[in-house]
Amino acid sequence: MADTNTDPSTQAGADTDAFIELDGVEKVFDVRKKTGFLKRERRQVRAVDSISFTVPRGEMVGYIGPNGAGKSTTIKMLTGILTPSGGRLRVAGIDPSRERTRLAHRIGVVFGQRTTLWWDLPLLDSYKLMHRMYRIPDARYRENLDRLVELLDLSALLDVPVRQLSLGQRMRGDIAAALLHDPEVLYLDEPTIGLDVISKARVREFLRELNAERGTTVLLTTHDLQDIEQLCSRVMVIDHGRLMYDGPLAGLHEVGDSERVLVVDLERELPPIEVPPARVVKVEGPRQWLAFPAAESAAVLVARVAAEYPLVDLSVREPDIETVIAKMYAEQAERAIS
Amino acid sequence: MVETSASGTARTAGTGAGEPFGGSRAGEALRAYRLIAGMWIRSSMTYRTSFVITVLGNLLVTGLDFVAILLMFSQVDSLGGWSLPEVAFLYGLSATAFGLADLTFGSMDVLGGRMRDGSFDILLVRPAPVLAQVAADHFALRRLGRITQGVLVLVWALLTVDVDWTAAKVLLVPMMLVSGGVIFCALFVAGAAFQFLAQDAAEVQNAFTYGGTTLLQYPPTVFGKDFVRGVTFLLPLAFVNWVPAAYVLERPYPLDLPHWAAFLSPLVAAVCCALAGLAWRAGLRSYRSTGS
Ligand SMILES: Nc1ncnc2c1ncn2[C@@H]1O[C@H](COP(=O)(O)OP(=O)(O)OP(=O)(O)O)[C@@H](O)[C@H]1O
Ligand SMILES: [Mg+2]
Repeated sequence: MADTNTDPSTQAGADTDAFIELDGVEKVFDVRKKTGFLKRERRQVRAVDSISFTVPRGEMVGYIGPNGAGKSTTIKMLTGILTPSGGRLRVAGIDPSRERTRLAHRIGVVFGQRTTLWWDLPLLDSYKLMHRMYRIPDARYRENLDRLVELLDLSALLDVPVRQLSLGQRMRGDIAAALLHDPEVLYLDEPTIGLDVISKARVREFLRELNAERGTTVLLTTHDLQDIEQLCSRVMVIDHGRLMYDGPLAGLHEVGDSERVLVVDLERELPPIEVPPARVVKVEGPRQWLAFPAAESAAVLVARVAAEYPLVDLSVREPDIETVIAKMYAEQAERAIS
Repeated sequence: MVETSASGTARTAGTGAGEPFGGSRAGEALRAYRLIAGMWIRSSMTYRTSFVITVLGNLLVTGLDFVAILLMFSQVDSLGGWSLPEVAFLYGLSATAFGLADLTFGSMDVLGGRMRDGSFDILLVRPAPVLAQVAADHFALRRLGRITQGVLVLVWALLTVDVDWTAAKVLLVPMMLVSGGVIFCALFVAGAAFQFLAQDAAEVQNAFTYGGTTLLQYPPTVFGKDFVRGVTFLLPLAFVNWVPAAYVLERPYPLDLPHWAAFLSPLVAAVCCALAGLAWRAGLRSYRSTGS
């Protein structure tokens, strides 16, 4: 059920095993802004603008986009926190905002910026609450807790009051809390925000295992492209509330027509290097920056530079996701005009 | 009925634990309330010394209320024509009824803060009625101080007040406590619902609830007629104690009410609950979370 080569837009995917279904979903916020004493201006913000996609069971999807793109708003609609202003939305066949509590038993949610854990109580107490609130059968609870404690390395933290946990520890604690009741889908809104490299790696490793072993569907938002690279077979890009791209990560660079940058250190100051299709975008003493199409092989380019110039050192910079998206958006706007 | 539409979807083995929906909605709410209140009690116990201090402080502060009334009576023999035991009767009823509501629903004024900092979202993704979760939020046993103090005054009043007790009058006392408590609860819920519109409106809510209990501690005769009319017909706080107590004490009520009005408190409480419930649902529907 994973990657069949069907076009994601065909209806075929919708009736086979679609677990999350969005059809023309919108969310419009009425924003009132104070423009003066007692004067207010009303404005509408289209946080999510007619988004459609389906996610089959067991898929791991990255949901990315610049600040204010509408990622969190989408997740809030998927979890029933917000009611869509238009369109149709189903998760496991349930309309989230209408049957929020029923859906709650089947989903897990982690908001990177907030916690479901009890600040003043030992971590374990929060889990005991989940146990009872979700009515998890005892054996199941113990089994899940043991597994999560082991995988997320929580054993030393169970008796520690949550307020004493570091950000990374708390995040792991939150992830475990969201999974004790065996949710079929896990939503993560910026789960790696503020984490150091090691904590990030651990969270990613865990998510990969969760998805592989349990078949849990995962939808995560992030600003860290590495999260996506290491976890998600599929990525969706959203900007200004619109879905700009839906497909494998590799395809994103092509669509975005983005460029990578080769930074070369030469033996001495030289005039700008000439190795088309790369072009020099910056020179700083013996160091030069060459932009080249992301789809082009860096190895070939490096070989040519090394052959023709006195090369000392080099590095390749991947295009960051924001740039790719910004380019994509500009392109979209151009297309709309013509 | 909505659920049938979804029953067609297959469920994975992972959730084969069966439909976790035993009991009614009210049962669910009560259960969630117990669970969350328990967590808050345990949280407050982690600061043991401060817990003891706040309980004592609570008793003391609420006690001062009554000391103020005692001081007044050291200067005068009656207040609006009511004797000290009679005013104590009013006071005890109002304080106890309010104390019950304050204990169970009294923390709803933190809702606005939860909406502003976004932590309300967390409550919405839990499989429990939101109102129960919000009511149990910041549950604090220190609020027992207020009830204790109210009950003490009420008992003293019952022992000293000059009343020819009949069955109906005896019945009215527990009825006032329960209905009064429920009316105050409804007020708390309505105030919480209002916070969906204005997230810094907790003070408005407190003005109505705390202000309400304070004014009910004085005889209706010390207030202007229009004010009493408002508190009787508009915001029917008078049914917490004034109207039934006037009947029990055989005191004239400032307004022309039939005798049976004294027995209307449960009905008034039910109507208040219904209205507050509607307001809550409307508020919840308008909830829009935060942008970050
Ligand atoms: N509760 C709200 N009231 C008003 N506007 C909102 C609200 N929530 C979100 N918005 C607006 O909707 C848009 C999308 O916000 P959203 O939080 O979904 O973005 P995001 O993709 O999660 O961004 P970020 O990466 O910064 O978290 C923004 O313009 C935001 O200002
Ligand atoms: Mg966000």
